[in-house]
Amino acid sequence: MEISRHWRLKRQRYALIGEVCPHCKKKIFPPRDICPECSEDARTLYQFSGRGEVYSYTTVFQAPAGYEEHAPYTVALVKLEEGPMLTAQLTDLGDEPVEVGMPVEMVTRKLRSDGEKGMLVYSYKFRPRFKEAVR
Amino acid sequence: MTMTQDAKTNKDVYIIGVGMTPVGEHWEKSLRELALDAITALQADGVWARPQALYVANMLAPSLSGQTQLAALLADFAGLRGIEAITIEAAGASGGAAARQAYLAITSGVIDVALIVGVEKVTERTSAELEAALSTSSDADHEAVHGITPTAQAALLMRRYLHEYNVPEDAFAGFSLNAHANAVTNPQAIYRRSIRVENYLNAPMVSEPVNLFDAAPLADGAAAILMARSNALPEDLPYPPVRIAASSIVSNTVAIHDRSDPLLLDSVVDSSIQALQQAGLKPEDIDIFELHDRYSIYAALSLEAAGFATRGEGWKLAHDGVIAKDGEIPICTFGGSKARGDTGGATGVYQLAEITLQLQDRAGENQVQGARFGMAQCLAASGATAATHILSRKDGP
Repeated sequence: MEISRHWRLKRQRYALIGEVCPHCKKKIFPPRDICPECSEDARTLYQFSGRGEVYSYTTVFQAPAGYEEHAPYTVALVKLEEGPMLTAQLTDLGDEPVEVGMPVEMVTRKLRSDGEKGMLVYSYKFRPRFKEAVR
Repeated sequence: MTMTQDAKTNKDVYIIGVGMTPVGEHWEKSLRELALDAITALQADGVWARPQALYVANMLAPSLSGQTQLAALLADFAGLRGIEAITIEAAGASGGAAARQAYLAITSGVIDVALIVGVEKVTERTSAELEAALSTSSDADHEAVHGITPTAQAALLMRRYLHEYNVPEDAFAGFSLNAHANAVTNPQAIYRRSIRVENYLNAPMVSEPVNLFDAAPLADGAAAILMARSNALPEDLPYPPVRIAASSIVSNTVAIHDRSDPLLLDSVVDSSIQALQQAGLKPEDIDIFELHDRYSIYAALSLEAAGFATRGEGWKLAHDGVIAKDGEIPICTFGGSKARGDTGGATGVYQLAEITLQLQDRAGENQVQGARFGMAQCLAASGATAATHILSRKDGP
């Protein structure tokens, strides 16, 4: 069930909280405690805006065990406006075709469920940003 | 011969024998039987010296076969009970990583003769189970949890490549055509048939833009190589031993999203440079490059990162026939992962065995004429590990 494994990551998964390096100011997501840029200690929490754009995307048809009921689904590399990139599913796509560079925003959605009595895993996913919300 | 030259020569490490099983669906064979088949093939080739250490390259036995302790199991099963035996896991780079450990052990002086066996058994699980096992090679907490697979990751890189560089629709077809053409005469290959560019263009998408011919088939197989120090070579070897001129492993971020430039395979850049420097060679000196072609995008990115093409132009080497058997830099000379078949953690051992055959002039119809230096490079998933070896004819520099 790995309850604690997912619980440990709740801040980043539910609220997109990463870190900022107090030494070189690099924004870090996912949080990793040692700055990948300057190798100094970096434990200062940082709240990301949840806005970004699609760096690349594709569709998963042959899903891994635990994800089959959701297939096919769209996955992407999303470049956050603060700099870091992350891997996430795209959701709420409607009829709009996905494109590289498309503005997206974070939402919280169910990732997987381990059977009827199993745990539900929630996480960030990204949806197209409403046209009027795009600056 | 001076003292220094003598000391150096005695530290030289050679591959003296190889053995491979066909790549395919071996439902009649277990993991351990497949591994033994490769060792038996090596012995049947006329080369054997009892190894003091066994290095087993494997990625998926714990998740797909419920087996850890694989090296101890195989040592016992192969009649080598009691020798030093460990399993080396570096996902798709396990084969190169195991060869590297053997190389280090032999150059250290502690081990004289080492056996490297790469083995993988993947065909008796469902697609969902296999995808889940393969996805363990990505960052579990930050990639795999989002339902991403190695195929999807290749697709993300390929889509971005197509976005950044102006390439034609059939840009990557050449990789698949070359691999299939070379596999026709390889008795170990899973797909011994050539394909035409129309087959590529009409192939169904696996994860767009990755189509069926951009993705290598994953199948069962085992390969073995026997490595020895120059002063421990058996007498009356039937074939010339092949010297290991360079050995390098470089790591990188496991997650693709943690790289500042995902289309640049940093580990390939660094590992290739290290290996070429060790061997005192330049990219143009390499006569054969057995590279990572689990997905065609990685073949293009590897050619670029290893210094054989400028960025955004790796595909042109396939398009223009430069990678063909009679081209300037032949790749996948026995079919590569695409058509010989990909065997996960064993792939790197197949690569080394194939280059050995080339440098011994034993590649038959797959022979690259006059080849002196061959570079084998295997990657873990999207390049979190790059393991590179350069092999040279015995009389090479």
